[in-house]
Amino acid sequence: MTILACPGCVAAAHIAETGAEAGVESGTTLHLALPQIRCAACIAGVETVLSALPSVRAARVNLGAKRVRIVLSAGCDAGEALRALNDAGYEAHELDATALRPAGDAEGRSLLARAAVAGFAMMNVMAVSVAVWSGAGDATRAMFHWVSASIALPALAFSAVPFFASAMIALRAGRMNMDVPIALAILLAATTSLYETIADTGAHTWFDAALSLTFFLLVGRYLEHRARASARSAAAELTALELPRATRLTAQGRETVDVAALIPEDRIALAAGARAPVDGIAEAAATVDRSALTGEADPVAIAAGDAICAGEVILGAPVTLRVIRRAEDSTLRRLAALVEIAETGRHRYSGLADRTARLYAPVVHGLAALAFVMWWGMSGDLHRAIGVATATLIITCPCALALAIPAVTAAMTGRLFRAGVLLKSPTALERLAEVDCVLFDKTGTLTEGVARLPDLDPTAASVALALAQASDHPVSRALAASLAGQTPAALQDLREVPGEGVCGLWDGAPVRLWRGAAGTELHLPGRRIPLPLSEVPRPGAAETIAALDRAGYDLAMVTGDTDDRAADLAGRLGIKQIYAGIRPEDKAGLVRQLAGQGRRVLMVGDGLNDTAALACADASLAPATALDATRVAADGVLLAADLRVVAQTLQCASRARARIRQNLWLAAVYNAVAIPVAVLGFATPLMAAAVMSSSSILVVLNAVRR
Amino acid sequence: MNILVVLIPVSICLGAAGLAACLWTLRHGQYDDLEGDAARILLDETDPTAPRSDPAGTRSAPRP
Repeated sequence: MTILACPGCVAAAHIAETGAEAGVESGTTLHLALPQIRCAACIAGVETVLSALPSVRAARVNLGAKRVRIVLSAGCDAGEALRALNDAGYEAHELDATALRPAGDAEGRSLLARAAVAGFAMMNVMAVSVAVWSGAGDATRAMFHWVSASIALPALAFSAVPFFASAMIALRAGRMNMDVPIALAILLAATTSLYETIADTGAHTWFDAALSLTFFLLVGRYLEHRARASARSAAAELTALELPRATRLTAQGRETVDVAALIPEDRIALAAGARAPVDGIAEAAATVDRSALTGEADPVAIAAGDAICAGEVILGAPVTLRVIRRAEDSTLRRLAALVEIAETGRHRYSGLADRTARLYAPVVHGLAALAFVMWWGMSGDLHRAIGVATATLIITCPCALALAIPAVTAAMTGRLFRAGVLLKSPTALERLAEVDCVLFDKTGTLTEGVARLPDLDPTAASVALALAQASDHPVSRALAASLAGQTPAALQDLREVPGEGVCGLWDGAPVRLWRGAAGTELHLPGRRIPLPLSEVPRPGAAETIAALDRAGYDLAMVTGDTDDRAADLAGRLGIKQIYAGIRPEDKAGLVRQLAGQGRRVLMVGDGLNDTAALACADASLAPATALDATRVAADGVLLAADLRVVAQTLQCASRARARIRQNLWLAAVYNAVAIPVAVLGFATPLMAAAVMSSSSILVVLNAVRR
Repeated sequence: MNILVVLIPVSICLGAAGLAACLWTLRHGQYDDLEGDAARILLDETDPTAPRSDPAGTRSAPRP
């Protein structure tokens, strides 16, 4: 972070600098999202703009995370910085610090530190081992073994902790995972090598094998962690963008408070376009958009005294809301809590890695035991038998096998991340690859919630535009957007009546954009023009449907909206199967019913009404515009507005699965060669080092190739 | 062969120094924004309006 002086106040910069050096920074630290920064010039631009502000003491851009961390002078808020950045042409948003993960990635750092230690120890032990492999004898060999042991044992005690911990957890729960054979191989290699060192029998030691196994696996684990961590932090940032603040009306005036601090009987002001943060009672008539909760595309008019549920969006005029429930008791949170319960069910999905481990571990452990019994029985030499059994376990160590899956998932998750798909769950790719049936929500997922108009003559168009511009209603905004090329007529006395429409005077004659029996109507003097609005599909929706259909997926649309609207859109997009008028609970029921028929369902939805369905589907995706609770429930978040990434994601997932299978075959072939060599007692540490490294590198290269 | 008594500790110490340096960079968050650091070398440091390089330790997140 660059320390920047307040203009004319060099002393302050000095204070900030010393404060930072001591690890304490006075003033508030906060993060701003900068979604559009890309290059060095952006970094310099943002930091220069912020440095010129008196309220900002320090600013440092993180280009990878696309955000800037600023330290404010005491008593200042981010308003000035946000305005300055927006004026300079950088889109900036404040992020909620509590929703962000703590800065710095502790798990990634610890993995890197362990990998660094393992790598250092591996290189030194190998350098020493070369002398032994090339025939050093007696005292020299004993000394080299002791040097190796004194480097390897402490290094292993530090580096291999993640594998031991994970293996312990699995064994305690009575399960088998990949880390059990890994931990066992490391442990056996270290103890038998230590025994050989102390006894100095001239047999092989395997310190370098144990270390290189640990090193390669830690690198694989770090890569996998990094790919998922970036997707997760981007998803957390979406949440952090929604600052949980509300404007409370008190006797003294307005104050900004945390949503969590609202109590029943508080009165809060909601601007047009704002989402209600808590359940409450509207104090005036209003129009609300309930699509997030119910999936109905049409706005609903409510009267004074009607209830507004958390998550509904206020349209048209601002409204004062009397709070009736605290935030944690409100509808939105209750649904979010349901999602958490549903999510735990999915964690039981066992990945390919664990299933492979379940197959692999008994085979290898059985073979090692068999080798031990055979050698003991045939030669009667216990020491030799233990040596062969250990060599079997080490040389068949699941290095390539354990890397086969994480390397592919890391590469594919990273590729999808750059395409704008954030996969949050570790097994999401595998589950996406199994999908054979895709359910799309309609409003907000397949459509953008804006509308298209029939042709209008120039006069009507100019009046319609002038009326539409006077309102924030989605229909008006859609109208205004589709008439953008026209010049608005000069109207007087423009007035919006919530739930009814907009009216005004045009050359003294009344004109209205009004609710009619079959949708919005434009009332001109002597004429009445119906404006049947049809929903606009999201960009790429038709192509996505066509591509998925060609790829052989079963496609269906589920919506809470009416039959005819659903049929209209489905007809245009080419979806044959429609489930219309479905209530939120029934969406989840439908998913379960399909699952009961043996289908693997991918649910794509954005509304709160989709949340339960997203959580119980085999795999789920949500667009970035979805509610927070919905994004949490989904396995992946689509950052791009274009739906084509859905097809791309599924394609990537099946490619990932094919690549994983290739890698598993590579590892199996390697083991098929290595096992007989080891069981027959020909394995040497040099051979183990060579084949282990080469098979690991081969598997990783296969994972990262295009 | 007695030279080994000197050479082995020397080689291990050199390696350990490298490891210590690596852990130091890790502790100071130098891998937190690889993309940004790659871009920052293009910034003209002599330009008085451009951000200066960091005083020690300020790159990392505030430590408790």
